[in-house]
Amino acid sequence: MIAFHNVSKIYNKSSVALEDIDLEIKPSEFVSVVGKSGAGKSTLIKLLIGEEKPTKGRVLFGSYEVNKLKSTQLPELRRQIGIVFQDFKLIPTKTSYENIAFALEVEGRPQAEIDELVPQVLDMVGLSDKRQHFPHQLSGGEKQRVAIARAMIHRPAVVIADEPTGNLDEENTEEIVKLISKINELGTTIILATHNRHVVNLLNKRVITLADGKIVRDEAKSKYILE
Amino acid sequence: MATTLARIIKYGFQSLWRNGWLSVATINVLILTLIVFNGLIMFSVLTKTAVASLQEKIDISVYFRANVPEDEILKLSRSLQNLEAVKDVEYVSQDKALEIFKERHKDDLTIGQALEELEANPLLASLNIKAHDPTRYQEIATYLSSESLKPLIEDVTYSQSRLAIERLNLIVDTVKKIGLGLTIFLALTAALVMFNTISLAIYSNREEIGIMRLVGASNMFINGPYVIEAIAFGVFASILSLVIIAPFIDVTSPYLQSFIPEMNLETYFYGNLFRLFGYQLLFGIGLGVVSAVIAIRRYLKI
Repeated sequence: MIAFHNVSKIYNKSSVALEDIDLEIKPSEFVSVVGKSGAGKSTLIKLLIGEEKPTKGRVLFGSYEVNKLKSTQLPELRRQIGIVFQDFKLIPTKTSYENIAFALEVEGRPQAEIDELVPQVLDMVGLSDKRQHFPHQLSGGEKQRVAIARAMIHRPAVVIADEPTGNLDEENTEEIVKLISKINELGTTIILATHNRHVVNLLNKRVITLADGKIVRDEAKSKYILE
Repeated sequence: MATTLARIIKYGFQSLWRNGWLSVATINVLILTLIVFNGLIMFSVLTKTAVASLQEKIDISVYFRANVPEDEILKLSRSLQNLEAVKDVEYVSQDKALEIFKERHKDDLTIGQALEELEANPLLASLNIKAHDPTRYQEIATYLSSESLKPLIEDVTYSQSRLAIERLNLIVDTVKKIGLGLTIFLALTAALVMFNTISLAIYSNREEIGIMRLVGASNMFINGPYVIEAIAFGVFASILSLVIIAPFIDVTSPYLQSFIPEMNLETYFYGNLFRLFGYQLLFGIGLGVVSAVIAIRRYLKI
């Protein structure tokens, strides 16, 4: 359902972010993308959600050819993806409830449905008592759980998590990984970009290793291996 | 669609409320801008009235020799009225002139006695001529100085007041030009201040706009609340600016009227309150919405 065909992203001659990437991700798969900072993990994700355009090659998501989408067509694509960021990216002027509801509102879902779904998801991420809190009133782990709730409430086909545990302590990291695994068990494809060895080894799923913009390893049920 | 619209409106007001200080600051700048805008309207009304009042005072009078029959004068009056440049011709007969003269000097006994001693009416019949445009008096004066009229006419006042009329024309012209220049300059300044304020307010929300894009919000869903907010700013600022201007008008109006009797700023202000409010709404909302849409565009590229 997700495929990169011969994709390169070159910012300029001295900075090649990705080179000749070929990969395929099947529905319901859990894929970790690992590599040092600057290996190209974030660029890979940006190409997938249309935030950047590839210099060459094709990026496919379901029936969309992402590299050909116009700016006005991107919202439609992004509604089928849930994204979790390292810096949470919650809307600072909205409460946790409103931040989560926002993902449904952009799709024009009826209010009754929103009123039913949001409390369920808040309960699932264990934040029912913080529904009226604004992001600045939440801890890092809580913010990330709100972000995950927002990324999954509209039942997207794919959840992309870009260094979701980068700003969290060990305890919160495990919580977040558990949540993401749970979402995967419900049938959602997960793409997890991380450089946390512990997280990857814990998961024991497919691992794609990037180095200097190239795929150097792609193995099922793998560990975090970087020379 | 209705749900989306309702949400856009809700978010507009929510953002206005939650960004409290930023909203207050923006509305303040908008109020100042609208006061300047309002001042420009008042200034233009003021100069127009002042100029019209001065122009109203200009005329030329033709005095006829005592032996010229009334028929001849009225004939000339009619032919003058047919001139394109002429707005109005008023005939003052010898008797009427005497009446006016007596009325004007009724308190002066010496003049009264002197008049009674005279057997004939010493005053001359005249025509008072007003032009549509003060620059056209020369045209009328030229017409009156034609050879065929010379035997009838004793005197034309234009030659004496010519300098004053020309100088007045120059002043009127200059006031109009300066007024127009000032209006354009201040209107541009006001528009720029407004644009920058809104741009800054949106700049402080740029991260939020980016997040909304990433979560899959359409541009309309992101733009909409800002447009609603800009409209609300425009409405609040229009009302408040009029509330601030009103007492100022009440105080200055009598002073202005002593300079220009025809100008009653207070009557104008309250008589045109809704129109002024409409102009301000149009200016405030228009500028706000255009600024918001332009300012947001660059953050929608994610």
